Amino acid sequence: MYNGINMSQIFVLDQDKARDFYVKTLGLEVSNDLDLGFMRWLTVCVPGQKGRDILLEQPGPPAMDEETTETVRELVSKGATGFTLGLTTDNIQKTFETLKARGVEFTQEPTTHFYGTDIGIRDPFGNNIRIVQLAEVPGTPYLEPPAPKTKASTGKSGR
Amino acid sequence: MSRAVEEINRRMLRARDAMDRAYTQPLDIPHLAEVAHVSEAHFIRTFKSTFGETPHRYLQRRRVERSMFMLGETARSITDICLEVGFSSLGTFSRTFSEIVGVTPSEYRERAVVNPVPTCFTMAYMRPSSFGEARAKNGA
Repeated sequence: MYNGINMSQIFVLDQDKARDFYVKTLGLEVSNDLDLGFMRWLTVCVPGQKGRDILLEQPGPPAMDEETTETVRELVSKGATGFTLGLTTDNIQKTFETLKARGVEFTQEPTTHFYGTDIGIRDPFGNNIRIVQLAEVPGTPYLEPPAPKTKASTGKSGR
Repeated sequence: MSRAVEEINRRMLRARDAMDRAYTQPLDIPHLAEVAHVSEAHFIRTFKSTFGETPHRYLQRRRVERSMFMLGETARSITDICLEVGFSSLGTFSRTFSEIVGVTPSEYRERAVVNPVPTCFTMAYMRPSSFGEARAKNGA
């Protein structure tokens, strides 16, 4: 039925600030930035991947009433929008250092798990963004859990 | 008026993120209040009204969640894990863990399964919260 995902959406509280952050700080590129009159159509994508766009939407009238707008804005600002965006990289350490130098707010510094090494950051509004360098284990699909740990190993065999 | 709410929410979130990054460290309310740009008394009260629980409770349950994660994913000893997540005595850890999770750390380890999802989901959903407990008690 489907053959891809062409667009997803993130609520942002200020589109100028959002464009600044997602492009200059995070390193995505603008796919579209159009004034449609009734709304500003602002989308970004991974450089070179136009067609897999992220709409940076500012909640507000007339799409929603004032009270709803306030509620959405409050949820974003307290980090209650869940897992907003996941990006992949082939060099997580370098990405981490680049973002750190740009003053990004981290929720998690590079941490290695069975699925790869990832970091967590916040956008200026409170949205949660994850960046991962996936583990390269030939034949092991993403999110395949590791083999169960051996029993009776209560000693200090930590990692 | 709401821009003020947003601003305070964002600052509380910044402080909560700081707790999540440093959950192994002792709870440092003066530092967190500084991160959030509010007074200490104001910080505790505002944190609670923003996230539904006090900073102390949030951190305690973050530590328990991390210990649950380590019990399931690693073969490290329970004492090691207890110290690693920021508890200073095995007794306090075991008691707190049992009170919150309902089984002892070793019982939990026996039946633990590794969750095949990124850690951010484990941290968000496996942290025992009073919200989740309430639901469980109601038999949902």
